[in-house]
Amino acid sequence: MNILFALLRKEFKQIIRNKAILRVIFILPAVQLLILPFAADYEIKNINVGIIDHDHSGYSQEIVQKVEYSNYFKLTGYSNSYSEALTWIEDKSVDLVIEIPYNFESNLVKENAADVLVSVNAVDGTKGSIGAAYIGNIIQEVNNEIRGEWTVFPRFNPQARIQITHSKWYNRTSDYQVFMVPGVLAMLLTIVGAFLASLNIVKEGEVGTIEQINVSPIRKHEFILGKLIPFWIFGLIILAIGLLISYVVHGIVPGNNIWVLFVFAAVYLLAVLGFGLLVSNFTETQQQAMIISFFFMLIFVLLSGLFTPVESMPRWAQILAAINPVTYLVDVMRMVLLKEAQLADILPHIYTISLEGVVLNTLAVVSYQDVRYVV
Amino acid sequence: MNGQNSIMTEGLTKRFGDFTAVDAISFQVIKGEIFGFLGANGAGKTTAIRMLCGLSIPTEGHATVAGFDVYKSAEQIKRNIGYMSQKFSLYDDLTVWENIQFYAAIYGLDKKAIKLAGDKLLDRLGLRNEINTMVSELPLGWKQKLAFSIAIIHQPEIVFMDEPTGGVDPLTRRQFWLMIYEASAVGITVFVTTHYMDEAEYCDRVAIMVDGKIEALDSPKNLKQQFHSDSMDDVFYQLARKAVRS
Repeated sequence: MNILFALLRKEFKQIIRNKAILRVIFILPAVQLLILPFAADYEIKNINVGIIDHDHSGYSQEIVQKVEYSNYFKLTGYSNSYSEALTWIEDKSVDLVIEIPYNFESNLVKENAADVLVSVNAVDGTKGSIGAAYIGNIIQEVNNEIRGEWTVFPRFNPQARIQITHSKWYNRTSDYQVFMVPGVLAMLLTIVGAFLASLNIVKEGEVGTIEQINVSPIRKHEFILGKLIPFWIFGLIILAIGLLISYVVHGIVPGNNIWVLFVFAAVYLLAVLGFGLLVSNFTETQQQAMIISFFFMLIFVLLSGLFTPVESMPRWAQILAAINPVTYLVDVMRMVLLKEAQLADILPHIYTISLEGVVLNTLAVVSYQDVRYVV
Repeated sequence: MNGQNSIMTEGLTKRFGDFTAVDAISFQVIKGEIFGFLGANGAGKTTAIRMLCGLSIPTEGHATVAGFDVYKSAEQIKRNIGYMSQKFSLYDDLTVWENIQFYAAIYGLDKKAIKLAGDKLLDRLGLRNEINTMVSELPLGWKQKLAFSIAIIHQPEIVFMDEPTGGVDPLTRRQFWLMIYEASAVGITVFVTTHYMDEAEYCDRVAIMVDGKIEALDSPKNLKQQFHSDSMDDVFYQLARKAVRS
């Protein structure tokens, strides 16, 4: 117990004196929470549209106007020639071209049908497909209005018109920050838990002081606890700071179920600290540890459902995501912060993470022994 | 076991695959003596030390350190030895006092004992004014002296030193050896490896390792006689040039 106390006192002093680590612990969360949620925004706005109107009729004008007044589009080109419009797509001044053919209006009136061509620059797939979908909606709307005008006294509407309205739950204003902030918090917690601890342990070997520790009566578990406990505490502090920032800057008000989040974070940190320990066992320099950590961080984040929903991943990726601890943290963050989940709601996640924690830490402790006695 | 011996080894061997790093070495180190362990790079000195410190499990043979078996009682051995490696062993980002405090505490000294032993150490080294200085700001010679003093702060039965004077200037090396004599005078057995042959002359007895085996073991005086030369340098050269590895 005295040995553990001595180790902890030493670790805290070293961490507090290490400016780089302090920056990571306090400034990184602040900067990431201030910048990322605003920048990493999925909502597609400002889609540049070019329109080729061969018809110049009232109906074609209606489409042009709808596009112009929509929040999502910027009408940047208006022309008579399709080939000219294609050069806009090539030089990227336009994302999407709508071509309204000759006799659009008269075809619509006489033959009850008319075509509109939408050409999309699909280099940015998301922007292209979302843009095309919006345009589809707008044209549908115009179509409905026209039909509304024609059937002035509809006793039975000849065509069923289904109008979709939606109400948004848990994130009423569909605010993208509200979706991103919990994710960024999850990332931060993982960085501190998994990577700072492993860097710290590897450093001890790099500097050479580990030799001195190894010949001393310090036991393996005492050394490991001495390394992990400080980062466990710092992880929880970061979470608190992060929640404060997201309250002040993003207006995300933690409910009185917030303790649930800390309970989960406490368990989660144990699991990722085990992962960090595992990394440190197989690396000799801080550089190696950093590169390996970076590799895993990318995989963790991309497969966590932070940016893209896990449900739309291919089967094999879903399996990886189910193993990935970050997936559960991101989910719990959103459940607790946005849906006011209670402890009972996240219990299954706690069980999963506890299991992962046991597996990771067991692996880490076993391999730590092997590494230590190899020479 | 013989109560007069601090270290006893019998056919101690360490193999890594087909490579025999330490090949059946047998020797005794008498309590309180300064025992020099010489050898070219790669001769197996460090591996031997690691086995004696309980860091590495021997492949074959027997060894006791401070009366404890290296196979069964590694933890007991660790409690009763001090260790100072060629790598710098203090924490650069802790102060002089914090280093003393940390190492004394992990050897089980309580608060009062730490204060007592720490004060004595600081007075002896003349470091009282540097108590709050970061170790990184101390000159190398002072660091090494401090590291040695800390290595024996818990008054171990034996102190192991692996090339403790590497990179240190001659004057500091001499002061360092005075400290080693002082430690030896209070009954601490000193087990030291070195490359400097003038330092070998300071030892009570010297073992010279070549290719994992002990090729010679005696006092410097007897070794010089045996090899018909007037310096340890020459003795070492005669033995070491036979080496096939390194």
